[in-house]
Amino acid sequence: MSTTANQRPADALRTGDGPRHVAPSAGAKKIGGLAGWVDDRTGAAKPVGYLMKKVFPDHWSFMLGEIAMYSMIICLITGAFLTFWFVPSAGHTVYDGSYVPLRGVEMSEAYASTLHISFDIKGGLIIRQIHHWAALMFVVALVVHMFRVFFTGAFRKPREINWVIGSVLALLAIVEGFAGYSLPDDLLSGTGIRAMAGFVQTAPVIGSYLVYGIFGGPFPGEMIIPRLYSAHVLLIPAILIGLFTAHIALVALQKHTQFPGPGRTNDNVVGYPVMPVYAAKAGGFFFIVFGVLALIAALVQINPVWAYGPYDPSPVTAGSQPDWYMGFADGALRLLPGWLEFTVFGFTVSMNIFPGALILLPLVYVILGAYPFVERWVTGDEREHHLLERPRNAPVRTGIGMAGITAYTVLLFASGNDIMAIKLGMSINDLTWFFRVGFFVLPVVVFWVTKRVCLSLQRRDRDTVLHGRESGTIIRTPDGRFFERHEAGLPEDQWVLVQHEAVAPLELEPEVDEHGVARPAARKDRMRARLSRFYFADAVNPVTPAELAAAHHHGHETEALEGSQAAGEIESAEPAGRH
Amino acid sequence: MNALAARRRHPAAIAVLLMIGLFLTGAVYAAVAPEPADATTQALPAQSVAEGKALFRANCASCHGLNAEGRQTGTGDQIAGPPLAGVGAAAVDFQVGTGRMPMTQPGVQAMRSDDVKFTDEQIAAMGAYIASLAPGPSVPSDEAVDPTKGDAAVGGELFRVNCAMCHNFAGSGGALTRGKYAPSLRDVTGKHIYEAMATGPQSMPVFNDSNITPENKRDVIAFLDTLDQEPSPGGLTLGSLGPVTEGLFAWVFGLGILVGCAVWLGSKAA
Repeated sequence: MSTTANQRPADALRTGDGPRHVAPSAGAKKIGGLAGWVDDRTGAAKPVGYLMKKVFPDHWSFMLGEIAMYSMIICLITGAFLTFWFVPSAGHTVYDGSYVPLRGVEMSEAYASTLHISFDIKGGLIIRQIHHWAALMFVVALVVHMFRVFFTGAFRKPREINWVIGSVLALLAIVEGFAGYSLPDDLLSGTGIRAMAGFVQTAPVIGSYLVYGIFGGPFPGEMIIPRLYSAHVLLIPAILIGLFTAHIALVALQKHTQFPGPGRTNDNVVGYPVMPVYAAKAGGFFFIVFGVLALIAALVQINPVWAYGPYDPSPVTAGSQPDWYMGFADGALRLLPGWLEFTVFGFTVSMNIFPGALILLPLVYVILGAYPFVERWVTGDEREHHLLERPRNAPVRTGIGMAGITAYTVLLFASGNDIMAIKLGMSINDLTWFFRVGFFVLPVVVFWVTKRVCLSLQRRDRDTVLHGRESGTIIRTPDGRFFERHEAGLPEDQWVLVQHEAVAPLELEPEVDEHGVARPAARKDRMRARLSRFYFADAVNPVTPAELAAAHHHGHETEALEGSQAAGEIESAEPAGRH
Repeated sequence: MNALAARRRHPAAIAVLLMIGLFLTGAVYAAVAPEPADATTQALPAQSVAEGKALFRANCASCHGLNAEGRQTGTGDQIAGPPLAGVGAAAVDFQVGTGRMPMTQPGVQAMRSDDVKFTDEQIAAMGAYIASLAPGPSVPSDEAVDPTKGDAAVGGELFRVNCAMCHNFAGSGGALTRGKYAPSLRDVTGKHIYEAMATGPQSMPVFNDSNITPENKRDVIAFLDTLDQEPSPGGLTLGSLGPVTEGLFAWVFGLGILVGCAVWLGSKAA
């Protein structure tokens, strides 16, 4: 069952077609009556009907965003439960709950209430663990969803705005995560806040004022937990949900992209309508995600706040790391050499912290958000794209993406250098140097390797189209010659290999016009032509029909033509053979 | 065509073959791997300093010198073994009793080993010999290290202030510079914890009785005992190493399971 969105040539023949009319049952009548009542008052039938008939293409990678969405919803549900008992206050108290090793210890009300949720509220601990695991999975799924969108070129026109919204969502998600991580006021989260205060202080000139503003005085003060709480449960979730709604609305408005395949064009969407197929699939998937997260939360401990103990500015624990999504910034701090701190006119400039702590985070997301615009400028491509590209068919973009992931991963792993050192029996100093060098070298290597792999895969695709697939069947002709039969793929399989567009670098326009006058835009054009060569100079283009015809005529006549002849003879002689 | 032949081109065939091969290799290795030779000398029980001195000369003097005065390495640029006068019987009991000494090979740090080379009597004899060279911390009494007599809550606070920055909040251990590390404190006897605090082995500072009183040392032991005894309330601890292992778990298992579900659901026709 497939539905096309546009007019088809033979539509005139189908004018009389329509669903068979069956007298509605009593139950359906009742529901219809209710729906009619609502529709009379809201006019909802039309938009709801439009949404219900909306067609979405089917592929497992399109569900990565769904995992993120559901994890966020699970965070909202479990988070609401946690707010019933969490006390966002730095007020002092002495613990007298049921966790014996902390009884009689002085702590904040925030920490005491977190212990209370964990040990004295029925189901509190598992809800807390679901909340935390769902938060980690939210960002994991969101990042992998971004990978999918990036590598398939789904961010191209008209979806640049949605890519930018997605980038902002990604940034907000980790800020939201950090705010939540900091709330329980255990030793680890307090250390995180302490680190954050230090980062803010490295902002040139305004740093110390900023810290006083955020903390309402010197660190730690009593303001930060209530303030982070407001941000965590009110401000950021509201923005997250608003942007997320816009994100989904744009997907519905612009229609979902689809992978190339038979019958799938830039002008249609092949898939299933929301009602009933996607409503069932997506609804079911929500429960799968919730179930998996609940299972993980029931079996695997996360953030054992009781083990960390209450926050106190003097101690710190080995293995103090942020949750994984902030790890890349922490890793950057671990790699920045200490000699970058210097003093100018009596002011300390903390270049050993500032770039990793305050610059990197926004920079990563600005680069992410800007990429579609850079690529569009380079390619000069102003057309709309609703068909996804196979990653191999955009070797340079795929290479850039992999290089970016590599740089990010190096920083992420660097933030776990102490854990790696003890678990792998290595020196933390060696690891740090490996990551320092790796940050600059590995992305280049990975870019080059990825690009070569893509080009090779493209060449293999060409080869498969031109010469067919090696069947492994050796045929002996009556006169004693041997050859291997190459099987031509099915047309629909071949289509996938040849459907993409041929690309070539932009031609450099002459720097002077026909009157010999220098054009003002020449410099910009040179830059653009250079980038375009970088993207497309060694492009492997798809097989053209002419090439295919030529290949069938001469290129490998001995195997293809004779082969098919010989095979035909053999098959006619042995009708019970293959097929 | 039998079933095996029909399946040999199955995409999973190579993976299955690899797994079978790996399991077979592992099983064969486990069966024929050489057992470590057991050459422990069952010496006579001896309490005397002289007996300890003989044991010391036979087993420790090659690095620590014939009279425990310490030795340089052959090239003279590093210490093969430090002088031992004044380290006390507690240091001997800790280093030898946890299997760290004698070191099997040079390294950045002596590793804890379950393969303790000497009997309690032999360790006591060597301790007596070292204690006879110069006064030092002695082996604590059983009462001084009894976790039931300590206050775990106080011990926890002391642990977080003094120990957690190297040994981690749950005593799981942590990294130090250049391959050195603070070892895990799980399932270490109270006596050895006490001796480590009193003698400061390897990179560890000494926490003498004016830093942390003997009663507080016992509180720390009580706290570490609760870590060993306490059932993990939240499930698998993932090594109690903090957010790194949690993030790894989310990426590998969380994402793995959910993507597996997505692939399954995506392949389901309507």
